[in-house]
Amino acid sequence: MSIANKANRLTPYVFMAPAAIILTVALLYPICYMIYASFLDWSPSQRIGEADFVGLRNYANLLQDAAFRESFWVTIKFAAVVVTLEMIIGVGLALLLDRNIKGMSTLRTIFILPMMIAPIVVGLMWRYMYHPTVGIFNRTLKSWGFEGIPWLSDSNWSFVAVVMADVWQWTPFIFILSLAAMQSLPRSALEAAEIDGATEMQKIFFIKLPLMLPVLIVTLMLRLIDAFKVLEVIMVLTNGGPGLSTEIVALRIFRTAQEFQELGEAAAMSNTLLMVLMALTIGMFMYNKMQENRAVRMKAAASKGAV
Amino acid sequence: MSVQKETQNPMFYMLMVVLVVMSLGPIVLMLATSFKTNVDVYDSSVSAFFFAPTMANYETVLCDVLWYEPSHVEYCDPTFGRALGNSIYVALVSTGLTLLMGCMAAYALVRFRFMGRGTVSMTTLMMRMVPPAVLLVPVFGIWTFQYGLDGTFTGIILVYTAMNLPFVIWILQSFIVQVPMQLEEAARMDGANPIQIFFLVVLPIIKPGLAAAAIFTFRIAWNEFLLGNALLDRNTRTVPVTIVNSITEYDINWGVIMATGMLLAIPPILFTFVASKQIITGMTAGAVKG
Repeated sequence: MSIANKANRLTPYVFMAPAAIILTVALLYPICYMIYASFLDWSPSQRIGEADFVGLRNYANLLQDAAFRESFWVTIKFAAVVVTLEMIIGVGLALLLDRNIKGMSTLRTIFILPMMIAPIVVGLMWRYMYHPTVGIFNRTLKSWGFEGIPWLSDSNWSFVAVVMADVWQWTPFIFILSLAAMQSLPRSALEAAEIDGATEMQKIFFIKLPLMLPVLIVTLMLRLIDAFKVLEVIMVLTNGGPGLSTEIVALRIFRTAQEFQELGEAAAMSNTLLMVLMALTIGMFMYNKMQENRAVRMKAAASKGAV
Repeated sequence: MSVQKETQNPMFYMLMVVLVVMSLGPIVLMLATSFKTNVDVYDSSVSAFFFAPTMANYETVLCDVLWYEPSHVEYCDPTFGRALGNSIYVALVSTGLTLLMGCMAAYALVRFRFMGRGTVSMTTLMMRMVPPAVLLVPVFGIWTFQYGLDGTFTGIILVYTAMNLPFVIWILQSFIVQVPMQLEEAARMDGANPIQIFFLVVLPIIKPGLAAAAIFTFRIAWNEFLLGNALLDRNTRTVPVTIVNSITEYDINWGVIMATGMLLAIPPILFTFVASKQIITGMTAGAVKG
């Protein structure tokens, strides 16, 4: 009996152990290591012990590095633009199509496809479509008698080009999540509004959107975090160019490590990116907690009122 | 609103058709181009979708694994055939490992509650936000100099497993919570030990959750480029890495590269059509139950 008891007490640890070990060895340790490495002057041919400790020099270099500041700005701009566009289009479409239409599940299935395909492949197909001579966009424009657009070779157009590819790939994510949220809204509120004679617009702005707000904010945060991670699509499309016009921070980290072999500096950049994302995640978590607390308080108030 | 359900405005169907065309268009274009000769690609008089299709591009890509020797291939480059094998192996093994460890951990977290659920979802969320680009430098350094795993399958499978575990644990938790406790207690009465209860009682019930988690894990391991590029060598490279290496600045053979891309895209596309319901469940569970 006592052996069985002991086994039972050990069970949770046995079940946790494999995942805990893997996560420690291959995720936590590398992240701590990176924080340490960001204080080193380190090239890939060196072991980490041989690298010189340089304190905050990598960070100081980053601050002075106009190229890094530029790519930081590009990242913010890219994330803000794509998330805004995707939220507007995604939620808008969900509001429009939130009704009993045949073939909705087929549409949703087709909508998932762009998210499931490898980012590398998404980059490839958009690069083909943007191609100055063989691409479908410029061919169509030319057949209509317009000039071709220098999609990937002009620094303004290239930003538009990467934004379009990202919107194509990720708007469905927001559409599907907000549609799911909309369909789980309490029917009673909508029916009450209908009885009171609310118009379609009033229902959207005064009932649907406010009730969906918590889910919408979580969706927005998830998408924002992901927008900072985008790398492969942009790498295949423009590799950050022309100039630095599309070089987001993730891509800059990759190039700093791969092409310029400055591991310490790449680690410092990674750290900066990580801190931004950490702030976003904590913000999202706090918001969730606040919502939960509010729901609990409302429930308590409601039950008190009933008594 | 319930009255007008049967007769919807045709505008909505128009809108849906437009949406389907927009989201499928690029994929169909890629598929079409993969059956096109390079001459036709560069010839502007040939339509994007209507032309004489050819299997030549696929034959070029797969020449190493085909049972016959394609007549038009002068030199057979074995890179892609090998990469395809590598990709399948890495993705399958890491998916299997992630699922096994993930569901065990999720079960322990839900049933034995030795850590608050708040803490767990906080940590998984934190881990989920770490971009692969941030892992690039440390993983490269550690795998090369400390673990000695650079260029090996073990090394890359270890990274992918670790990257996917937080998300899998998170998703599976929400499924395990719904397993009725009484079932497990009944099994315990019948003398089953915790391991048996887990594998014979709990796992069969959460199959839909496992399917969703498996697809998400497979997708990441199958599509990942960055870490694979940093860790793998010539013989162990996966498909995304070989694709990027074969893109040159000028004179791209679009037909061949689209065929390669199509081959990489086929497994996720198949999964989507087979299990779209599970994927949507997984996606909404991951976001809404944050």
